[in-house]
Amino acid sequence: MSPENSRIRVTDIGGVMRVEFVDRDILDESAIRQISKELLQRIESSPVPRMLISFQGVEHLSSAALGTLITINSLSKKRGGQLRLSDIKPSIMEVFTITKLNKLFHISETAEKALDGFGGK
Amino acid sequence: MMPPSHSASEGSVKLYEKNKEIEGVQDQIADALQKFAYPEAAMFAIRLSLEEAMMNGFRHGNLEDPTKTVEVRWHIDSEVANFHVIDQGEGFDPEAVPDPTLDENLEIPSGRGLMLIRAYMSDAHYHLPGNHLEMSFKRMAKS
Repeated sequence: MSPENSRIRVTDIGGVMRVEFVDRDILDESAIRQISKELLQRIESSPVPRMLISFQGVEHLSSAALGTLITINSLSKKRGGQLRLSDIKPSIMEVFTITKLNKLFHISETAEKALDGFGGK
Repeated sequence: MMPPSHSASEGSVKLYEKNKEIEGVQDQIADALQKFAYPEAAMFAIRLSLEEAMMNGFRHGNLEDPTKTVEVRWHIDSEVANFHVIDQGEGFDPEAVPDPTLDENLEIPSGRGLMLIRAYMSDAHYHLPGNHLEMSFKRMAKS
């Protein structure tokens, strides 16, 4: 499914695509473009996409990465699905708060809580 | 705790290729900040702001023209880290950028770089015609 040089790992957990990042820094534009392409393809190929993006281990995040998350969120909603985010360390949470994107995204403390949040939907 | 006493660290570099060169500049600047024992939160703020500034220069300033460069200059001492990021574009009016935090703009996927720079740095302003960003992190004010 994912190309060999993929910067993400995707695991299916009871119908939810759990996404984790290989790198600590999500800054490089070409890497972000590749991640975006892979995630959008996965959402487009799912009838009702349910995606959990875990930021476990991520230390830095740029506004280009935020843009990708917004696009993924919009497409997921459009297809009747849902995107949730989890495991965001405090320094990165501040980026979400400053940009007020904490109002746009469903953010859970842990992946487990996020998975519970998908419920039976 | 007082930071170690060193003479200021200064540097200047012209970047031609964003994907290959940005990381090297970031590492050089991180080394200089570490020399003055800047705290982790300051390192985070500066790395993010520099990333956004350089990317804005390549993308919105130079419009991805591979013949144009983005110049980065820095002066770092124990009290302040000052940066100039200069692209070769025509410049822009930073006040004309829509506020991305308004509810109606929250779902627009771009336009957050400059607001992050303003939030994380002590001062950030453009020199006319708007292709030259000067930003500084004042250690005592922010950390």
